[in-house]
Amino acid sequence: MHHGHEGNHEAPQSFLRRYIFSLDHKVIGIQYYLTALFMMLVAGLLAMLIRIQLAWPQAAQPWLHKILPGLYDPNGIMRPEYYPMLFTMHGTLMVFFVMSTAPVSGFGNFLIPLQIGARDMAFPFLNMMSYWTFFVGCLVMLASFFVAGGAAAAGWTAYPPLSALREAIPGSQWGQTLWIVGMVFFIASFTMGGLNFVTTILNLRTRGMSMFRLPLTIWAMFCVAVLGLLSFPALTAGAIMLLFDRHFGTSFFVPSGIVIADKLTSHQGGSPLLWQHLFWFLGHPEVYILMLPAMGFASDIISVFARKPIFSYRAMVYAILAISTLSFLVWGHHMFVSGMSPYLGMAFAIFTLLIAVPSAVKVFNWLATLWRAKIHFTTPMLFALGIVSLFISGGLSGIWLGQAPIDIQVHDTYFVVAHFHLIMAGAALFGVFAATYYWFPKMFGRMMNETLGKLHFWLTFVTYYLTFFPMHFLGLRGMMRRIYDPTQYDLFKPLQPINELISISAFVLGAAQLIFVFNFVWSIFRGKKADRNPWRANTLEWTTESPAPHGNWRGPLPVVYRGPYEYSVPGAVEDYIPQHVAPAEVKTVGTR
Amino acid sequence: MVRKTEPQGSGPGIVDSWHGGGGGENPPEPGAGGGALPVHTKQIGLWALLVTISMLFAGFTSAYLVRRAAGGWTPIPLPPVLWLNTFILLVSSATMEGARRALRSWSLGALKRWLSVTMVLGVVFLGGQVLAWQDLARRGIFLPTNPHSSFFYLLTAVHGLHLLGGLIALGVVLVRAWQERYTPYHPAVGLCATYWHFVDLLWVYLFILLFVV
Repeated sequence: MHHGHEGNHEAPQSFLRRYIFSLDHKVIGIQYYLTALFMMLVAGLLAMLIRIQLAWPQAAQPWLHKILPGLYDPNGIMRPEYYPMLFTMHGTLMVFFVMSTAPVSGFGNFLIPLQIGARDMAFPFLNMMSYWTFFVGCLVMLASFFVAGGAAAAGWTAYPPLSALREAIPGSQWGQTLWIVGMVFFIASFTMGGLNFVTTILNLRTRGMSMFRLPLTIWAMFCVAVLGLLSFPALTAGAIMLLFDRHFGTSFFVPSGIVIADKLTSHQGGSPLLWQHLFWFLGHPEVYILMLPAMGFASDIISVFARKPIFSYRAMVYAILAISTLSFLVWGHHMFVSGMSPYLGMAFAIFTLLIAVPSAVKVFNWLATLWRAKIHFTTPMLFALGIVSLFISGGLSGIWLGQAPIDIQVHDTYFVVAHFHLIMAGAALFGVFAATYYWFPKMFGRMMNETLGKLHFWLTFVTYYLTFFPMHFLGLRGMMRRIYDPTQYDLFKPLQPINELISISAFVLGAAQLIFVFNFVWSIFRGKKADRNPWRANTLEWTTESPAPHGNWRGPLPVVYRGPYEYSVPGAVEDYIPQHVAPAEVKTVGTR
Repeated sequence: MVRKTEPQGSGPGIVDSWHGGGGGENPPEPGAGGGALPVHTKQIGLWALLVTISMLFAGFTSAYLVRRAAGGWTPIPLPPVLWLNTFILLVSSATMEGARRALRSWSLGALKRWLSVTMVLGVVFLGGQVLAWQDLARRGIFLPTNPHSSFFYLLTAVHGLHLLGGLIALGVVLVRAWQERYTPYHPAVGLCATYWHFVDLLWVYLFILLFVV
């Protein structure tokens, strides 16, 4: 062993400490990211099964019986009692184990120390524990597919009494119990991560990195961590009580008088609505846990490739803070049909519409940043523009759904499915891709292939809209969101061509992701070598080597003199002035 | 008594440039407007943890109030041993504070004594909570008996687990105190004390919620 450079601790030597039980935030971030991508594969395949079923509900698929004999009967028809398992686990895995994990735990861990000028997170051991707790949560969720009765089937929202009574449906047996246990592991992991995020961002910033010089990605991560710490405990409380109702005979959520298979259950007087309140107190901030990182990535990437400062940085920060605060006051808009008082519903509707204000501020600031810019249409930029596009498309239907009278009409229809796939799932997914193409050189030291990247973008962008936009029409015609076979109603038979179009488009969307996987793996080994700053960007991660060494900077930490978005400054020779360049070192046209 | 003279760990003035201590290698210059807050990193982490635990019990509280209003609520009798338990836990907060002051004045002997007493009181409290459970069970009041008993067992169990976490932390601190690894500005005892006061206050809050309001 020899001593490294000043301020740079020894990198661990053994493979196990370096790549498996690593304390390095960059390795942990990549571990999170890759695990989340694997979970995305599982959740994506579940979606494909859903789409096969909805497009051709009566058609025999004997080949699927051969692969999944438990799910399909010998004639190749999906067993109806297992269809709810598919959408339940698709939603649960995607929302928590993919879209909360890849952007937040993955890129958050990777980027926070690099962008604020720190050597690592505040609590590296806690960080490692956080990843392995998440990993156990993943194993529990995956294992739940193989227990008697299959995985959970009460929807990703796990509403009781369906989720609370073990005899109710096959998935309510051990699958639902494992769902709760897996979620508790996930929440524990996310809490450890959140503590690390908050502490690191508050206290480990390098000299000169004031809060108002933080890149917007970091602001987003900070708010996400606070949202997680404040909102997940409500679900923890609910999950513990649900577990007690299921296994210890309590009646927190299960009302009296429920009869299953001609047997009266022993539960007395519980309140199913109580669960809904606890769930959505988490559930709505959770939506922003998915969205805010994507907004942060979009801001950083758009500024770099427009070669312009982000329009009104402070307004962007205040908008993030406003969205985060308001997100705690709107959970009731998920419960307009629960019989709540119209006055309360009105209050929730007003707060929901208020969120449109800071959201619009963000959108207009992005557009103003792009206005009259010389835009470089790289792959990360295309995906960042995709985020803006999806945010607008999905946001507009959000204004509809935020109002009780319209929501009551389309509640639990495909209109809602269309809305949240465009805004929440879509923006988060495009955020993951934008961030991957943008920070890949810093992660692996090589560039991803641009041609394949653009092909991936266009196929994904077009098929994403083709898949989810037509769902608005299905919803307006009344098609229920969790229906197993829409053709059992004459009303929906004319909609079947739309369902077939959606499914075919979804298959292309799924297949297009293989291009990404190929590009990713190929570029790790064969991609063009990246220098320190391939995008000529300002933030601190681009001042160190690609990939960054253990301890992030050889030699002393960079000192910050300016905000992160000084592009095309009039009078300067270069069209970008990185954050660590002192005022005296800026080359101006006059001093050339 | 052996007093260690070389600085240990990271406290104000003794900055571990890698993981702890605000700002590390680049302490903020006056007026530079960046860098760290004048609070120890671990303290920020702990306070964030206390906020998130508070939110957990806020969730339970709202569930308690909603469920109580939903009907079928038969109040359970207060097991008398809870008065004693509450008193013991309050005393343990005082002894924990004694430990914190002992470290300030760098009397490691007193630190060891106060920490040990706190530890014993914490264990006695947990034992007393089990006695309260047994008391109710003898009267035929179990977890599923009625919503109030469900909440009583649930909240005491979750609180007990958090106190157990505090005991484990206290045990680690006690071992290190015995090895005389602490200097007056080492943060561990203070962090432990903050957490201990928190679970103490939390118990008082739960006691009031369960049996007074």
